[in-house]
Amino acid sequence: MNALDFARLQFGVTTLFHFIFVPMSIGLAAWVALLETMHLRTGRELYLRMTRYWGKFLLISVAIGVVTGIVQEFQFGMNWSLYSRYVGDVFGSPLAMEGLAAFFLESTFIGLWIFGWGRLSPRVHLATAWAVAFGTALSAYFILVANSWMQHPVGYKLNPVTHHAQLTNIFAVLFNSTVLLAFPHTLFGAFATAGLLVLGISMWSLLRARHVDVFARSARLVLPIALAATVACGVFGDSQGRLLETQQPMKMAAAEALYNTTKGASFSIFAVGPFKTAPQHLDPDIRIPHLLSLIATLSWNGTVRGINQEQAAEQKQYGPGNYVPILGVTYWSFRLMVGAGTFMFLLSAIGLLLMRSGKLERSRWFCRAALVGIFVPIVANWSGWIFTEMGRQPWVVYGLLKTSQARSPDVSLASIVISLIAYVVLYGILIAVGTRLFVREIKHGPDDPPPPGGPPDDSASNLSLAY
Amino acid sequence: MRDPDFLQTLWFVLIGVLWVGYFVLEGFDFGVGILLRVLGRDTAEKRAIIHTIGPVWDGNEVWLLTAGGATFAAFPGWYASLFSGFYLAFLLILLSLIIRGVSFEFWGKDDSPRWRATWEWATIGGSFAAALLWGVGWADIVHGVAMNAQHNVTAKIWDLLHPYALLGGLVTLTLFVAHGAIFLALRTRGELLDRARALARRTMPLATVLLAGFLAWTAFDEPSGPVRLTAQVFAVLALACALAASWALAGKREGRAFAFSAGAIALLFVSLFAELFPNALPSTTSHAFDLTLAGASSASYTLTVMSVVAVIFVPIVLLYQGWTYWVFRQRLGREDFAGAPTPIAALRRLAGKPADDQAPPPAA
Repeated sequence: MNALDFARLQFGVTTLFHFIFVPMSIGLAAWVALLETMHLRTGRELYLRMTRYWGKFLLISVAIGVVTGIVQEFQFGMNWSLYSRYVGDVFGSPLAMEGLAAFFLESTFIGLWIFGWGRLSPRVHLATAWAVAFGTALSAYFILVANSWMQHPVGYKLNPVTHHAQLTNIFAVLFNSTVLLAFPHTLFGAFATAGLLVLGISMWSLLRARHVDVFARSARLVLPIALAATVACGVFGDSQGRLLETQQPMKMAAAEALYNTTKGASFSIFAVGPFKTAPQHLDPDIRIPHLLSLIATLSWNGTVRGINQEQAAEQKQYGPGNYVPILGVTYWSFRLMVGAGTFMFLLSAIGLLLMRSGKLERSRWFCRAALVGIFVPIVANWSGWIFTEMGRQPWVVYGLLKTSQARSPDVSLASIVISLIAYVVLYGILIAVGTRLFVREIKHGPDDPPPPGGPPDDSASNLSLAY
Repeated sequence: MRDPDFLQTLWFVLIGVLWVGYFVLEGFDFGVGILLRVLGRDTAEKRAIIHTIGPVWDGNEVWLLTAGGATFAAFPGWYASLFSGFYLAFLLILLSLIIRGVSFEFWGKDDSPRWRATWEWATIGGSFAAALLWGVGWADIVHGVAMNAQHNVTAKIWDLLHPYALLGGLVTLTLFVAHGAIFLALRTRGELLDRARALARRTMPLATVLLAGFLAWTAFDEPSGPVRLTAQVFAVLALACALAASWALAGKREGRAFAFSAGAIALLFVSLFAELFPNALPSTTSHAFDLTLAGASSASYTLTVMSVVAVIFVPIVLLYQGWTYWVFRQRLGREDFAGAPTPIAALRRLAGKPADDQAPPPAA
């Protein structure tokens, strides 16, 4: 492995780690704000205990998400200085907007939310919860604006002197067709991620018949939300796939391991081949006739473009070179994402059916499946991101700049290895501590209800919202 | 060599404002972090200390992230050369910020003495390293580093540790400690207040002496920019603020002292930014290789777009961050936290609501 490989590995490792907590925080922030709204509207103490209990998971998730986000803001400059010089005029703006409009909002109001209990009026306190939820979602939008520009560059020209990209139309960048689908896909994915986390913890606790009021209510409330979010995420993802056919046909061809442009293309459900950009043969390769054409073009005999034709087309347009991503990665990350999404859909749909027939709390197998369901959205989020980024290779900015031309020339291999080790060790500690705190919260459960007629009691939990 | 135009100058000033905001705000929470075990004698006092910055430190840190994002947008060349060029030094700062960032959140999540001590040292270590390294880093930026014609820094990490840079590090370290002590003197009461006040009185003069030395060295360092005189005027004002802070402390006027220590930090960095202008990063290899603002900047369209965004959002941010400081303005003391069974109970007590500390009846 050379310095470029290590720099890419570092970006992948730090981003995937960060991306465990980001969707969780976005979803939990909205969930907690919803619960606090219900507390304020109904006056029921149950919703207050639910707000505080799920709020603890939000805070642990946000704490780790925030600190790992610091690295994200600077590692473009640290490891990818040629990239930064090339794209900064366009790519820097959404990042700066994210800081000004979103980061300030979420970080300031989460402090107010944590420490404002009892000090702010209930309405103002509720507003801080929604400000946090709004800030996290806004942050997702801006970073996806930046990423979508890497997938589908718009609103720019190439500077004739520096040959760097230069912004010509900010609205084209902000309303890029790519981000208009990627943002809802990611946002609903985040809601589903948090939804299944809440469902899994609730079902596990119900299995042990602890704090039944809080967890039964949580499970019943979150199931329809999780189902709707999963379906919406899938619907937008499906549209993204068709948009990719026009914007990055190579990525879709590589996702389906379709070598040649075909009418009435079959859909591969299981294939194995050597780990390289375009293995000569796949063995086995099990395919369902016509299905790919049906998905990609909505017609039985529709034409789907293949890898070989796209390779020839890109060579013609960009000069000699290999424009095929590593097939094993695109093919399997795509299937992992769709498979995980299907599991999430089935889990929440079956849960809803069980709930309607009144068997939810007593179904032991469903409780176990829901516990597994906590981790499945993380797999879906990871594989989705890996597919998006690895499927764009060899480009870092599609059609403009190759990944191999983007690295910092002044950063040595030793420096990258040192920083990679440091991040892996530190992030490893963070995940160990974070997991331990999550497990403790789950085992401890929410606070007990107050004694009848007495004031709200705070003494039950040592693990509280504030420090 | 082109001079920076109006928009480039404006964005240099705006990025300067973001860094100044960052150091004035996070400066005191670095100081508070460093002093956690010096001033806090038991868990209740440490909790009171952490509570003084608990609601605000995260918002303070966003000034840094925004400075980074704004530099990327307005001066991509600067962002690229600086962060790749200072790779290992900046890695250390990032690791320090990560460690101290989670330490606040983790500290309160368990009651065992070992757990608490671990995260207290994480707070202290992270705050100390960041407070020191920011000064070293900015002294290096103003002084310049070895850099080639492609604006790639060729200096190694030990090249960044020359005496002038180390003095810069000591200046920020001591200034931030004094600033943090003054902040605590403003936000605590009882014994904590007495201790914070005494410590502020001892550290502020030391910070002032180091600051004077550093600013004098900067003034006699190799001549550079056209606004050098302005830089020196700001340097003198920074020193005057530092002296005034000591004077206000002697009169037990913490509010005034805090304004002056904030002013000293702000003016120090204003002076350094003026010293740097019109460069973004000077090269000690050859001044022909200096990275200028004009050479590092985005085109005027991007700068115009970002100006509109800044005009809209900066006042809003200032308003709600200011409001946060107003909400959490009351003084905290040991007695607010001593005997409180949980953090929530402490919060309720602070809000003036009776807390029922009795154990609940066993659940049915």
